[in-house]
Amino acid sequence: MAGGASTGGSSQSETFAPARYWLLLPSWVTLTILVLAPVSMMMGYSFLTKEFRGGVIWEFSLSAYDQFFFDRGLFGDDPPVLQWTYISIFWRSIWQAGVATLMSLVIGFPTAYFIATRPEKERAIWVFLVTIPYWVNLLIRTVSMKFLLRDQGPLNDLLVGSGLLSEPLTIVNTNFAVQLGLFYSYLPFMVLPIYAAAERYNFALSEAAADLYATRWTVLRRILLPSVKPGIVAGCILVFVPSLGSFLAPDLLGGAKNFMIGSLIEEQFKGNAGNWPFGAAASMILLTLVMVILLISARQQAKGGK
Amino acid sequence: MKSIIKSTVAAAALTVTAGAALAEGQLVIYHWFEYIPQELLDKFAAENDVEIIMDTYDSNEALLAALKAGAMGTYDVAVPGDYMVQIMAGEGLLDTVADGELANKGNIQPQWANPSFDPGRMHSIPYQWGSTSFAVNRDVYAGDINTTSILFDPPAELSGKINMLDSQGEVMAMAALHLGIPQCSSDRDQLKALNDMLQSAKAHWASFNSDTAKEVLVSGDAAVGQIYDGFGAKAREEGAPIEYAFPREGYVVWMDNVVLLKDAPNRANAIKFMDFLLEPENIAAVSNYARYVAGVDGVAPYLDPTLASQPESNPPADAGPGVFIEVCDQQVQEIYDRIWTDLKN
Amino acid sequence: MAMKSYDLRQYPSFKAITIFCLFILYAPLLVVTVYSFNDSVSITNWEGVSLRWYAEVFTGAESEKFKIAARNSFVIALIAASASTVMATFAATAILRGGRFKLRTASFGLISLPLMVPEIVTAVATLIFFNAIGVDRGLITILLAHIAFCIPFAYLPISARMQGIEATYEQAAMDLYATRAKAFTRVLLPLMMPGIISGWLLAFIVSLDDFIITNFVKGAGVETLPTAIFGSVKQGIKPNIMAISTMLLGVSVVMVTLSWLISRRDNNK
Repeated sequence: MAGGASTGGSSQSETFAPARYWLLLPSWVTLTILVLAPVSMMMGYSFLTKEFRGGVIWEFSLSAYDQFFFDRGLFGDDPPVLQWTYISIFWRSIWQAGVATLMSLVIGFPTAYFIATRPEKERAIWVFLVTIPYWVNLLIRTVSMKFLLRDQGPLNDLLVGSGLLSEPLTIVNTNFAVQLGLFYSYLPFMVLPIYAAAERYNFALSEAAADLYATRWTVLRRILLPSVKPGIVAGCILVFVPSLGSFLAPDLLGGAKNFMIGSLIEEQFKGNAGNWPFGAAASMILLTLVMVILLISARQQAKGGK
Repeated sequence: MKSIIKSTVAAAALTVTAGAALAEGQLVIYHWFEYIPQELLDKFAAENDVEIIMDTYDSNEALLAALKAGAMGTYDVAVPGDYMVQIMAGEGLLDTVADGELANKGNIQPQWANPSFDPGRMHSIPYQWGSTSFAVNRDVYAGDINTTSILFDPPAELSGKINMLDSQGEVMAMAALHLGIPQCSSDRDQLKALNDMLQSAKAHWASFNSDTAKEVLVSGDAAVGQIYDGFGAKAREEGAPIEYAFPREGYVVWMDNVVLLKDAPNRANAIKFMDFLLEPENIAAVSNYARYVAGVDGVAPYLDPTLASQPESNPPADAGPGVFIEVCDQQVQEIYDRIWTDLKN
Repeated sequence: MAMKSYDLRQYPSFKAITIFCLFILYAPLLVVTVYSFNDSVSITNWEGVSLRWYAEVFTGAESEKFKIAARNSFVIALIAASASTVMATFAATAILRGGRFKLRTASFGLISLPLMVPEIVTAVATLIFFNAIGVDRGLITILLAHIAFCIPFAYLPISARMQGIEATYEQAAMDLYATRAKAFTRVLLPLMMPGIISGWLLAFIVSLDDFIITNFVKGAGVETLPTAIFGSVKQGIKPNIMAISTMLLGVSVVMVTLSWLISRRDNNK
């Protein structure tokens, strides 16, 4: 869906060729007006001058990008040096999303593989079990997570009550809570593509390798993992990209004290800062980052796939 | 299938437009959360046969941001704090209430009739006033709490258990009081000191949140919470073992005001609503609910007797001065914004 | 060989991890479900089983707000899912059955765009857009935004299904002098129905669940279920919110079960 831009099967049917542009017209119009035009407009806004306390002045300016990348001191008249504030917000987002992706992979891969090796009839039920929580509103899931992890929440009650810990574990309002929240939000996105890839895996390969005296873990590393790699890549993207722009988890689980990109952008439009061009510029930088990641993975996929 | 889809779409579209067509006799309020009793809204709705729609915000800055982001022309009235009234008037977001439009304007207490943030009450009427300081869980800390050090340089027992309001105005004003410097100072050394102090204080803070300011104190998730006096009183009544502090360095005083927004779609109802809130009985209901003080004469007979004696409304003799949040000029405000962003990084 | 195969397929610990994975997925939801039956006003103390919070959802002070929000959400999800499914079906037909043409890759790219652009970016862009062209924000703007981002979600299952249908079916129909329109409505569409249904369901759920974009484009006093819930949970988790989430979980389970049953019935044919 994200990485491999496979547009269809190899055989090209032409049954509806004469009507193809008419058939595409509604989607083209809708998406051009409601996605492409707004994104272009946002790009335009990122080059405008900010109006004090929200809004824009229609004058070309690079100050939004300048603010992002260069630090001119608290008072704006020091010589410019590289600005770390926003870069570190981006870096933190990438780090948080990365850890969440890794956690999803560590839990998601064995799960997906396990499901794929169940008898065919059972598989649907397992997949079903993994997907159900995803249909519950993301907000509610995040809030539930917070409820579970609270200092006086059920988890800590259990840990302290059973004598495993003498004092409740503080998880809420830490970076770990944010990682946990992101991991929890997008875990099914990791399991499903890996499952789809693992289901098609030909176990004769494993057997052949085992016949050549490979151990189980060597088989896993050398044969199985490379075979399901497209699924892993897709899963990682599906977890990483939404995590990167998320603001519910940092807001609700992280105590809103460590900005991630999503919160930084939101603050420019809905909160204290009111700097629209800067919010647009930060969005553009995020968008560019995501597109670069998708391009690299698409290229890798294309290389590895053939 | 196609015809099914078609008729569903048509039916659904009808429902939507039917909902939108009920535009007559409305009043659209943009209000703080948990700040007006539902019964009072119902009363106004019944008396004037209007449908009330209310949206909520959690900081003065969020209110301004939403209005600047194209929400003008959708709301009739809002309830900004003192300094925000001044900012909104300066931004041209407020409509003027003409002389004689408000029948009950004479009910406004003299001390609030001509405030510096809205000379002559051109755009606003008083809603409630109170203070912003902080409350401390007495089970966790028994020592002296009447100092801003509790927030910015706390004792070990409280470090890491502090919730701050997610509101630049309140945090910055409190920080200025702590350092004993004027608000909106453009003095470089003072601004630098402010920045450095906040950066080191941040290590002691657990979270920034206005919405849950009461909830975290009640649940015990935070041991100290920056909070409005009435909200603190509610937290105490809900069982939080807390005491509201009146720091010797000073604390923030505020007044929230009902303002008439420019391009209000239901201006006549908005005026009626403002008049409604100037009646002692009605505004007293707000005080009883939110535990703040009204700015209208004649409310005393309608007030809950416990309100006058609640500790949150009665500063001790050695309490510092109560100060209003000041409006900074653009240059200082931009530095404040910068300090704020760095703080939340 | 046969003896080795079970050994090779299974990795020890994988089953344990799967169980752990399901435990993580369900634990928070189960805790909330359990606590939704708590009799206490406070969320921390357990005071016996009761249905009072469910009653509160339907009769309490906030019930009117949630009722309207729920209606808005369902109406928007219904229209957005239907409109995007129709568009996605047409688009899939053009892309998969329209031969090779210049704009094919570009079309596919455009359709997947809402999936690739992070949600917060789409939200900001849409806000700026509606603001710049001076549209009053309300239900209609939410609806328009939802239709757009639902298209790829509807497209994916539909195109997956269509890839599995041999083109020979429509060709055979047209060889028997069916018009192109008839070949589409009488042959291709019925064959694609399972894909269309799951595409519609996916779009429906995605629309019903959306918070970030809705929050940016919604107008004064207009709430959908997620924004109304956010408005309430912001001030702390209240028991009536837990009751609502439990009911939503129930609805979701029913919907997913239905779509699963439909696809299974189809596979058995």
